[in-house]
Amino acid sequence: MRWGEIIRRLVLIPPTLFGVCVIVFVLLRVVPGDPIAMMIPPGASPADIDRLRAFYGLDQSILQQFITWLGQALTGNFGRSISLHQNVFELVLARLPATLELSLLATLIATALGVMVALTGVYVRGRRLEWAIDGGIGVFLAIPDFLWALILLLLFGVLIPLLPISGRIDPQLDVAFRTNFYLVESLLTGRLDVALALLQHMILPAVALALPFAALVARLLKASLAEAEDQDYAQIARARGFSRPAILWREVFPNALIPTVALGGVQVTLLLGGTVLVERIFSYEGIGNMAIDAVINRDFPLIQGLILTFAVLFIALNLAVDLLVRLLDPRLRHG
Amino acid sequence: MDSSALSRRTMLQLAGAAALPLSSGILARSAQAATAGTLTIAYNVNLPSFDPTVGLSAVNPTIQSIYQAIFDPYIGQAPDLSFKPGLLTKWGWNADRTKVTMELRKGATWHDGSPVTPEDIVWSLTRAADPKGGNPIQFVWSKVGNYKVDGNTITGDVLEFEPTLFKWMAFLTGYVLPKAYFEKVGAEGFEKAPIGSGPYKVDAFERNAFLRLKAHPGYWGPKPAFDTVVFKFVTDPTSRVAEIESGGSDVTFEIPYEEFDRLKAKSGLAGQTKPVSDIAMIFITDIAPMLDRNVRLAANHAIDKKAIVDRLLKGYGVPISTLEAPGYAAFDPSIKVSYDPELAKSLLAKSGFSPEKPVKFTIQTTRGFKPKDYEMIQAIVGMWRKVGIDATIEVYEIAQHFELRARHALAPAAFYNWGNAIGDPSTSTGFAMFGPSPHCAWKGKDTVERIGPLWGEKDEAKRIAGWKAVDKYIAEEGEVIPLFQYVQPIIHKKGLKVVSQANGMILPQLITSA
Repeated sequence: MRWGEIIRRLVLIPPTLFGVCVIVFVLLRVVPGDPIAMMIPPGASPADIDRLRAFYGLDQSILQQFITWLGQALTGNFGRSISLHQNVFELVLARLPATLELSLLATLIATALGVMVALTGVYVRGRRLEWAIDGGIGVFLAIPDFLWALILLLLFGVLIPLLPISGRIDPQLDVAFRTNFYLVESLLTGRLDVALALLQHMILPAVALALPFAALVARLLKASLAEAEDQDYAQIARARGFSRPAILWREVFPNALIPTVALGGVQVTLLLGGTVLVERIFSYEGIGNMAIDAVINRDFPLIQGLILTFAVLFIALNLAVDLLVRLLDPRLRHG
Repeated sequence: MDSSALSRRTMLQLAGAAALPLSSGILARSAQAATAGTLTIAYNVNLPSFDPTVGLSAVNPTIQSIYQAIFDPYIGQAPDLSFKPGLLTKWGWNADRTKVTMELRKGATWHDGSPVTPEDIVWSLTRAADPKGGNPIQFVWSKVGNYKVDGNTITGDVLEFEPTLFKWMAFLTGYVLPKAYFEKVGAEGFEKAPIGSGPYKVDAFERNAFLRLKAHPGYWGPKPAFDTVVFKFVTDPTSRVAEIESGGSDVTFEIPYEEFDRLKAKSGLAGQTKPVSDIAMIFITDIAPMLDRNVRLAANHAIDKKAIVDRLLKGYGVPISTLEAPGYAAFDPSIKVSYDPELAKSLLAKSGFSPEKPVKFTIQTTRGFKPKDYEMIQAIVGMWRKVGIDATIEVYEIAQHFELRARHALAPAAFYNWGNAIGDPSTSTGFAMFGPSPHCAWKGKDTVERIGPLWGEKDEAKRIAGWKAVDKYIAEEGEVIPLFQYVQPIIHKKGLKVVSQANGMILPQLITSA
């Protein structure tokens, strides 16, 4: 990707986000489901309902509501959550680090697993073990992350109760954090016991998210490795006497990595989307879990804030992947 | 061989290293059993807000258990729905129902150690009555005002007589909040560091994960058995089952009945069930073909409620004939709507319908919102088909139900569950069947005329008798289809004694060691 392309992508971000805002704002108010109807108590009169509607600013036209919201959003105020009674921006900022840490851990696990499986799969090309690896990849791709979550929950929570199955940290622990990046902070401050406690809670949801993604990485990378291994430069290296593992690792792997990053990197957004259900199953306190409650309660301001956050993350991830590919591929850097 | 080459041995070593934390005994300790002195409850909903008087969570009955652990209601409620002293030790009207008198308990303190004062009571009631305050039950609290304080006694003028006023003081938004503290920290500050006068004070809160409470040393009531209570917010039923089965929690509830039966048979666990003040029902909307009395009555008589309870809910339900469940103030066991498919057929025949030429309409239902809701409606549609009713099932979300009901736009039949934690007929039959109420689907004028005078009836015996008569009329006219009273399954570790509440609350202050 050329710098001009990067600048063009950056320029397109504000209109893209604006479009997301408009669509989400209008859709929420057009589809059935009204937060006021959810909170009308028995005995409320039409006047009581109108009073509540006005209290939450929902008595105005959609256009008026949008203009008010946009005006506030441009100053960093994304409104007040109807169900949580707090500033949306603060709520999302407080929970986002939990999701980011979980997604990062899942991505690391998926990458490590995917690379290992792909290298092994190529190394045993043509043998029976390759069939088994290909079959395994197919199975892991076919089972979605939330099903892995349930399987892991029952396996390691009930059958072999090794790991905690709910929350982000042990409720009995009295630990103070300065930031909401609990894992990063505890690692940086050398509190390894706290980091371990956090990892214990994160490992199952992270693995559930990682398994389908690892299978995807493995499939993409294995195909790229096989293709690259058949290239002339690999054959020449072999003719020069280099061992096959050395050729795979030093010569073939860096070249095979580029298409995998380009295709697989974008799939990280799917992993991020998967946090919604997986966080719910493991009662993990990220924005995915929060999003489900926001939708159930028809908490318009919070839903808008969360979708906008996901949109920003998706755009940032896509851009980051493109930049990474540019960094890895000298043809793009110098082209 | 090149030292950096990826050998099989290297890969095995790497895999072994990655698996080490999983296999180590260090991780094993995390699947901890409850610590001594700590009670852990796997709770079925998240806690959205700490203010029990404003917004969605204020009218969510399921959250009230947490609120009642932290805050004191004005008036307490016993497990059987009867009322008992709370922060108020005495309450009542004067003879002509123009004034209310309340007496505040002496010695009650807030979690910061300051005393609970009559000014706190007055401020809480006044704030609840403020139309701009966002209290969803404001229409009840606004019916009393002009409070005066004399020692620990508070009097107020009745601006409009509301017979259920004191009953509301035991339930939704009926909590006393600390005036001085709230005014000092503001609404946002209160959300971040709430204090109440209840048996437990907030110690730690991780949104969507857990709430940790510590016993309030200055609590006026009995000392709770557990010094620490942890509410783990485990909203997924499968995860709640796993929580109790793995030993991560001591108590859980609202799990599938099949799982309840399985878990209670396991060693180390015990189960208990109790009918709660929550009923399953089918709203009938006053549109065609439900304007035909024969169709409505046939739809009622064609349903075998006992079979539904026995086969779909494994017996965990109590069939009902009116919107008053056993234990409610206006429950009348003499009102019966029998299962009689032949009667249903003959009623439909009078209107020209038969299994060959059925009456057609839509029934709406949730799917997965309540146990076996969709399956139940499937069974009912099957029963209806046999007598000459061809109903089409339409699935909706609960949020859609609320909106459609408020707009009077429900289908001719719509499944719902109705809670009535104070057990008063005005909050069951009253709001569900009184035409002007936004919750009512049947707007029939005859029923409105019968209910109307009961709202302000000052003679309690006459009022309850009036509601019973209304329930009888509604049953005779088939204006709603009451199905059954829900039974709440609770699973807990053996060695614990859990007091079931008829209003469905799981109060940690009532859980003790057996």
